[in-house]
Amino acid sequence: MMVLRESIIMKIHYGTAIGALFLTVIHIMMRLTQDFHESLAYENVIANYESVGYALLLELLLILISVHGFNGLRVILFEMNQGPTYEKVVTVGCLAGMAALIGYGSRTIIMTSMGMT
Amino acid sequence: MATIHPKLSDELSQTVVSSTKSVKIKIKRSNPNVNSEQKFDDFVVPIEKWTTVLDVLLDVKSHLDHSVGVRYSCRQASCGSCGMKINGKPGLACFTKISELDSDTVTVEPMDNYPVVRDLAVNMDRMINNHKKVMPYVIREDSEIDAESGIREFLQSPENVDKYIQFSSCIKCGLCNSACPTMAMDKSFVGPQALAQAYRYIADDRDKGKNKRLKIIDESHGIWRCHFAGSCSQVCPKGVDPAMGIQLLRGYLLGIRD
Amino acid sequence: MERETGAREGLKGWLHPGKIGKFGIERLAWLLMRLTGLGLLAYFIGHIYETSHILDGKAVWDKSLEMTQTTEGHLFLALVIGMCVFHTGNGIRLMIAQMGYGIGKAERPDYPYKPQSINMKGKACIYATLGMAALAMWYGMAVMFA
Ligand code: HEM
Ligand code: HEM
Ligand code: SF4
Ligand code: FES
Repeated sequence: MMVLRESIIMKIHYGTAIGALFLTVIHIMMRLTQDFHESLAYENVIANYESVGYALLLELLLILISVHGFNGLRVILFEMNQGPTYEKVVTVGCLAGMAALIGYGSRTIIMTSMGMT
Repeated sequence: MATIHPKLSDELSQTVVSSTKSVKIKIKRSNPNVNSEQKFDDFVVPIEKWTTVLDVLLDVKSHLDHSVGVRYSCRQASCGSCGMKINGKPGLACFTKISELDSDTVTVEPMDNYPVVRDLAVNMDRMINNHKKVMPYVIREDSEIDAESGIREFLQSPENVDKYIQFSSCIKCGLCNSACPTMAMDKSFVGPQALAQAYRYIADDRDKGKNKRLKIIDESHGIWRCHFAGSCSQVCPKGVDPAMGIQLLRGYLLGIRD
Repeated sequence: MERETGAREGLKGWLHPGKIGKFGIERLAWLLMRLTGLGLLAYFIGHIYETSHILDGKAVWDKSLEMTQTTEGHLFLALVIGMCVFHTGNGIRLMIAQMGYGIGKAERPDYPYKPQSINMKGKACIYATLGMAALAMWYGMAVMFA
């Protein structure tokens, strides 16, 4: 089963990697520019989510890493075993995992940023 | 020695053994057509400074055990027949000297990632099929022989030859495919040998088949299953450097060269 | 590429430590790239689950934080940091190489045929990435155990 040409998928894989690189640096810098334990304090984290810019950053990071990570998993699984049915299951499974993770993470981001905690 | 041609046996009986050194060779034996048994047979053979692994195997075949299965032809790294695992690393038996291995025991096994025919000889159908799949010939509409102009040549500058000559040294020994980690698990992978040949023809300025070949290798078990572990280039005995060819090939598909 | 004509070495070809000695540091980088990719994916899924506890109030959030505030938790996070740095650094090297840079130029091969794509620049990158990953783990532990 071929959803997209493999070269297009790889461009997405590289693109998500480069995008995630910058966003992850920001995300980790948020922890290191202040006291590490304090940065994880409940009130602090809520404040983070409630700032629209940072919430958007988290959402984008969530999407980029989910796409990159599950495609990477697909790549490894394709190289471990082959066959039409197997490859179909792997492709669908990885797409489903990707969608589920993005959905679940978005729920946290949207609800928290709207103050539904 | 009844089965050996009389002239050959004369020659063999005259072999002068002046060496004082010897090597123990462990040969992996199996015959999957008969049964699944696998074992190592050990032989001790005299060696000289210049003795190759293939010399040792042929010595074993002539004097100690005629039944050892080994494929060879040119004895000079040109035909690509004698690829095998030598002390665990893929190499050409005729191109590997015992003296360079730096060990008293030499273990030879058939190459990984190919079905064994018998002992050290493997079935290379898969590599040959994949090689054919990338259309390893110059593709163009016109021909060097045509009715109007008679016979002419597609001219090429030395600089253009330099762009692909390295990749045209491939002797189809298959060592690269046996070293590749993707090959170890992916039975559909086109493999470094064929990918390097795809680049060899695309880089040839007489060729017009680029788009056809790119389409063939840009599928789910094509070029993107390479992750540049570089093992193919580590073992290639001809300096083809398939890993280089593969990375250069990606440039076309990523849209950064044309 | 559909017909099976090949025997395969199997997982041994991926995981056997002897492969690294035979095929060089690039083979180790290849293996670590896979393992860190999978490790990070597992961590990431856990991370998304853990951060969802923010919806359940302060008590639950604090409790889920406690998981990584033990010694084992800190070591686990240090490992994640190391995986992150290695995967990122090696990923950048691979992207550059896979775009065709730093792998040499095709030429007439001459004995003893040294492959140009396997070169000191690439090896130096791999060692530097491993070093950076180790440093980042050490720094992370210094922060966490402080
Ligand atoms: C943020 C920086 C990152 C960069 C620069 C990066 C880069 C890359 C690159 C270039 C590849 C392709 C390697 C190849 O096949 O040749 C790759 C593979 C992969 N990445 Fe990432 N990545 C990053 C983060 C992540 C994260 C956070 C995860 C986990 C969720 C992840 C999971 C994977 C997986 C599973 C693979 C497949 C491994 C393989 O094929 O060997 N990556 N990454
Ligand atoms: C030292 C390691 C890390 C710590 C302590 C950490 C901590 C946190 C915290 C506290 C949040 C809640 C929002 C905020 O305050 O920023 C969060 C969210 C998030 N983090 Fe991390 N993080 C770490 C590493 C990473 C890495 C390596 C990635 C991605 C590669 C990542 C991706 C995300 C994403 C996508 C979210 C949003 C999740 C959601 O709300 O559904 N984090 N992280
Ligand atoms: S690329 Fe090198 S190792 Fe591979 S088949 Fe050709 S000559 Fe042999
Ligand atoms: S016998 Fe021809 S390559 Fe070794």
